[in-house]
Amino acid sequence: MLYALIAGILFGLYYALISLGLNLSFGVLRMVNLAHGDFVMIGGFAAVVLYTVYHVHPLVSLVLAALAVFLAGAALYYLLVPRISRTKDPEMISLVLFFGLSQVIEALAVVQFGNNEQSIFEPVFGTQPVALLGQDLPAVWVVSGLISLFALVLVYLYLYRTRLGYATRAVMASRDEAEVSGIDLHRVSAIAFGIGLGLAAAAGALAPFMLGGITADIGTGLTTTAFAVIVLGSLGNPLGTVAGGLIYGVALMLMQTYLPSWASLLPYVLLLLVLLVKPSGLFGRQVRSA
Amino acid sequence: MRRPQWVNAAILAAAALALALLPHVYGNQALLFQLMVYLALSQGVNVLYGFTGYLPFGYVGFFGIGAYGASLAMLDLHAAPLVGIALGGSAALLLGLVLSPLLRLSGAYFAIASLAASQAIYLVIANPALQNVTYGPYGIQLANQFDPAASYWTMATILFLAIAVVLYIRRSRFGMALQAVRDDPVSAAMAGVGVVRQRISAWMISAALAGAVGGAFAWQTSVFYPDAVFTLSISIFAIVFALFGGVGTLLGPIFGTIVLFGMYNAIGISDPQYFQLIYGLLIVALVIFLPDGVASLLRRRGIHVL
Repeated sequence: MLYALIAGILFGLYYALISLGLNLSFGVLRMVNLAHGDFVMIGGFAAVVLYTVYHVHPLVSLVLAALAVFLAGAALYYLLVPRISRTKDPEMISLVLFFGLSQVIEALAVVQFGNNEQSIFEPVFGTQPVALLGQDLPAVWVVSGLISLFALVLVYLYLYRTRLGYATRAVMASRDEAEVSGIDLHRVSAIAFGIGLGLAAAAGALAPFMLGGITADIGTGLTTTAFAVIVLGSLGNPLGTVAGGLIYGVALMLMQTYLPSWASLLPYVLLLLVLLVKPSGLFGRQVRSA
Repeated sequence: MRRPQWVNAAILAAAALALALLPHVYGNQALLFQLMVYLALSQGVNVLYGFTGYLPFGYVGFFGIGAYGASLAMLDLHAAPLVGIALGGSAALLLGLVLSPLLRLSGAYFAIASLAASQAIYLVIANPALQNVTYGPYGIQLANQFDPAASYWTMATILFLAIAVVLYIRRSRFGMALQAVRDDPVSAAMAGVGVVRQRISAWMISAALAGAVGGAFAWQTSVFYPDAVFTLSISIFAIVFALFGGVGTLLGPIFGTIVLFGMYNAIGISDPQYFQLIYGLLIVALVIFLPDGVASLLRRRGIHVL
């Protein structure tokens, strides 16, 4: 029980890391990036390939992947988003667009890496379990949890302690008002979108350890899970995502301990329940329903 | 919007004739069957998205529950296939009723919630713990009911009905009300349209259609695993086919399905990953250059698309 709780908190931090980027990009764009999980997959393959071919430590790959994907994400923003913002129904059209993008990424990953699961099997983080509150946990879980926490703190500092972060939150609150007060909407959004994807890639670099392995088709499931987490913690609220991640992580660990065959249902059921009972999430202010 | 009755009658007659002649023109009946499945599903998406603006990413949930409803009725209740398909459609209708609170959600929330619902249903049906009820992950065996010709004509009938329904919706009060609700729910409510009731009706029609199609698919295929009838790509194909042609019209989704499904069969079977790549790029290009479908090209030139 205590073991499941502690493991749940570590996994919760990790899921918060996966999901936070989706919340950032949703917050600024008002569009759901259905390809989010595929960027996790990209980060994962980057870590696996860099490790197996060049023996780069996964933590180094994590930083490299996050930076590369950040730049790619900002470029992608300028390429795609301004065009669809002009259409009749941008919210729906963007879903289809990002779905197409996720298909492209997935297909390229299959062409490049095949359909089989890949992972890093060497114990890069040591074989010694770490004792936490009297429970022996695998070292990678603790390391991943701490890295996730570190990244979440960085994002918090960015959003609440820098000028660009202020501007980002202004855009999240209201795109129109932010624009008339002189904020460069596209620049702020592109950076936030890039950060969002970069976080996904960073989480991906840890995926070989936390999720057991990387396959080309994990993207869609991860996107849904991430969406469940951010809806749970309220859309557009970065701190809520952390809470949502923790709740999800603990619930997942408890389910895996007591009801293993139903554990895969958890993200979907959680998402449906939250959307139907309290669509604003646990920490939201306004309700968005028709 | 109103057209004379004979135009509709002519369209229906043409559709019936085309469906009756197809097997004589083209020999691969299994392929034709799949084409009809997608023609009907894209019309189902059309009813919902084209007329209400709700994008059902989890549309495949109805298809799958229809396939399972029909199969289990045939296996456990020893129902005749046609009765089974009707029960499959009813199962989807029931599911639609249960899920109708989802319609309270707007935009992307609805799309993703419906996706989550379809995946939840899939995980329940494919769950090893329910093997005595749903046969779990090992799938369905209907080999003794297998009848390709009869199931083919059943599917053709369902498709014909789907076309008739869309034609009806396009010219009826109901369809006008739906479009009014889609474009501006508040004004529509002010004008006396029952917003919630109209939306739920469209949702149920489209659910029952997908369920019946799923039942016919189960009968035709007769041996399948749960992931074959719950794979997300069924939803996505139906949505993309409908969008490509142009939603809110009758001919748009038909055109989109024939062109894109044809393309799928030309390249998809031999090299699935390259197909996925081309397909993804096509979706992106479609959304960027032609967000309102091929029908919008004609409409821009002043041609009315049915």
